[in-house]
Amino acid sequence: MQTTRLIIVAVGGQGNLLASGVLAEAALLAGIPIQMSEVHGMAQRGGVVESALVFGGAQSPIISDGQADILVGFEPAETLRALKKCNRNTIVITNLAPLMPFTVNIGRGIYPNLEELQHLIRAKTRKLIAFNAVRRAEQAGNPLAVNMVLLGALVQTHIIPLSTENVKTAMQNKTKPAFLESNLKAFDLGFQAAAQ
Amino acid sequence: MHKLLSNQTGQKMMLLGNEAIARGAVEAGVAVASTYPGTPSSEISANFFRISLQSDFYFEYSTNEKVALEVAAAAANTGVRAMCVMKHVGLNVAADALMTLAYVGVRAGLVILTADDPYMFSSQNEQDNRYYARLAGLPMLEPSTVAEAKEMTAHAFELSEKLQEPVLLRTTTRINHSSGVVTLGPLKPRQTKSKFIKDPFKLVTVPAVSRNLHVKLLQKLDEAEALAEESAYNAITGNGPYGIICNGVAHNYVADAVADLNLDDRVQTIRLGFSHPLPAQKIKSFLSEKQKVLIVEEGEPVMEQAVKAMAQEAGLTLPIRGKADDLFSRLFEYDPEMVKQTMATFFEIPYESQTPVDLADVPEIPLRPPTLCAGCSHRATFYEIRKAAAGREIICPTDIGCYTLGFMPPLSMGDFLICMGSSIGTACGFSKAADGQKVIAIIGDSTFFHSGIPGLVNAVYNNHNLTLVILDNGTTAMTGHQPHPGVDMQALDIEGYTQISIEKIVRAIGVPHVAVIKPYKVKKSITMIREAIDHDGVSVIISQELCALYAKGIKKPKGKPFKVTDKCQNHRDCMNDLACPAFYVWNDRIKIDANLCTGCALCAQVCPEHAIMPDRG
Repeated sequence: MQTTRLIIVAVGGQGNLLASGVLAEAALLAGIPIQMSEVHGMAQRGGVVESALVFGGAQSPIISDGQADILVGFEPAETLRALKKCNRNTIVITNLAPLMPFTVNIGRGIYPNLEELQHLIRAKTRKLIAFNAVRRAEQAGNPLAVNMVLLGALVQTHIIPLSTENVKTAMQNKTKPAFLESNLKAFDLGFQAAAQ
Repeated sequence: MHKLLSNQTGQKMMLLGNEAIARGAVEAGVAVASTYPGTPSSEISANFFRISLQSDFYFEYSTNEKVALEVAAAAANTGVRAMCVMKHVGLNVAADALMTLAYVGVRAGLVILTADDPYMFSSQNEQDNRYYARLAGLPMLEPSTVAEAKEMTAHAFELSEKLQEPVLLRTTTRINHSSGVVTLGPLKPRQTKSKFIKDPFKLVTVPAVSRNLHVKLLQKLDEAEALAEESAYNAITGNGPYGIICNGVAHNYVADAVADLNLDDRVQTIRLGFSHPLPAQKIKSFLSEKQKVLIVEEGEPVMEQAVKAMAQEAGLTLPIRGKADDLFSRLFEYDPEMVKQTMATFFEIPYESQTPVDLADVPEIPLRPPTLCAGCSHRATFYEIRKAAAGREIICPTDIGCYTLGFMPPLSMGDFLICMGSSIGTACGFSKAADGQKVIAIIGDSTFFHSGIPGLVNAVYNNHNLTLVILDNGTTAMTGHQPHPGVDMQALDIEGYTQISIEKIVRAIGVPHVAVIKPYKVKKSITMIREAIDHDGVSVIISQELCALYAKGIKKPKGKPFKVTDKCQNHRDCMNDLACPAFYVWNDRIKIDANLCTGCALCAQVCPEHAIMPDRG
């Protein structure tokens, strides 16, 4: 089976690990081999959370620089930071709503210009899908569902071997029932956004 | 019911490596387990803790790793299966117990898990604990995958019982924090009690006894080696004149490279999962059929040196290489491409990797370093120490916990750190050797219980001149809010524990000057810290305030957020001295994010214009 390598980057609290968990569960349900690894050392203290998901036959649970087939960034500056994982053929999906790093808030850094950021990513990779995922999550009635919006966008690209149905079933198993409806809506809105 | 207690044999579950290990122990009928928390091992014990609340399985957070190992060693010597879990540096703390426990051995299975952390994602060093198996003379198992981690944990209990020795189960972060599909096995019934059988001439390690026990240990090692020769965990795959010897997570990178480079008929791989003692016969026979061999092991050249010695014994002169400038490093962790490239180089196989995108024109991206949380009481205490010590030269040996992050500007509290408990021990040395600099040591509550107390006793006994600040936030915050002996367990609705007062311990030691502060009362705290610093001799400040994250977790009511009012003159003392992550700059003015603010009121007390007020809107 062909190997597909996915990197998800986010800031602690954005729900990266839940999103990765949903994808892994979906793969388990679909009988697709999956290896996953996480770096989440200090997530609760404002750090970056990175997940690597390897679908298909490979055994390695991590993804080397330049080897990602698809990169999903929950925060634009973090997407840019993770660009080292990409090559010319990588597809990149990013949320465009920034979460200011604390270093910027206290005047010790400059946040990248969002236009330039998109231009850079677009020039270096196969395709960039960029939109404001926070707005879509709000439309779905759950501002915290940014992760589910981006899952929808990810599934729309057909890069990973999982169907909408697989992922929605996994969402039912892995997310809180009270949020299921808004999460499913968020997924659909993300799917639509990526299709545009 | 806890998901790891499921009796659905054959069920497939997506588990974190650490969950898989916990499940493996449960399947083996583990009855007693102990730990001191430490990343990357913490989720094993977090699951054990929850399982213990729902079953007759006994689990404890011990005060430190040495005590934890002693607890588990006694259980195993009584005849019930036991496990002890720790991070790699924890085994240094437990090493005294480990070395002689190896002589004594066990009756029921004892598995000691050491979680190594190559690249130091969350550790102070990347020591390679495979050396401990050699140092102690104990069998070691090293899983390569999550699924295997579960199987190997269960097998480790069998192996331990067969050899009557503890077994070291060594993981690395990439096993602990990877997830994979695990098939649940049957649950062996738990035997929770047994009669301790007295046998002092085998169990009390006076020299005359230990001389016999060392002989026995070497015999056990021979038996273990015979088992390693036959072990399914030391499997050979592929065929060909080239050889690879590998272990742990690196085996996956090797397997992927062999598949990607189509090397199955040129390279034969031996993966050593039962990695101490090494199966010498198997390795020698493997070497004898090879033209050249590459050793793929993260960390130190442990296998490489052993394999080279075996080649010498067997009179073989083939090239055996591993760690070298042009091959593998002793530093950090490996990754699939690095291993593939190095294999291609060593075996002279053409391979061109996908080139990562060129980032030369990407602007500098602002860092997102972990920082003390909004409303963290450590920030208040650090600010107050700084103010109290104004005008004096100070040295601040710090310790291991969230508060280590205080070494970053603008708080800049933290000048020296080597290990758990080192703040107070090194403070004793600094106080004797440093010229005119007052020593103010910083330690957390859990770390104080772990290994700070002997240092404080030393300070009082030897009459050192230092101040110790104990940051008591009521939990073991850094590793995920595990309890410790000072924690109020009733707040968690858990019965059966005794809360131990840090203040009473400090007073009982005979510290001449002790003060308890509430760090959100800034003025008073500064005065009390200054008095402590001015004291000639040992003084202790206990700064009591619950961890803000923990308080939220146990549903303590949160304070009302604060806001910056029009009275602000833009002095920015709040930002420059505190740098709380709830602050942000908007139109050149400081604002407070009401969602992050916990209402601690620290900044309100720091503002020279009293411009920061509760947000009643």
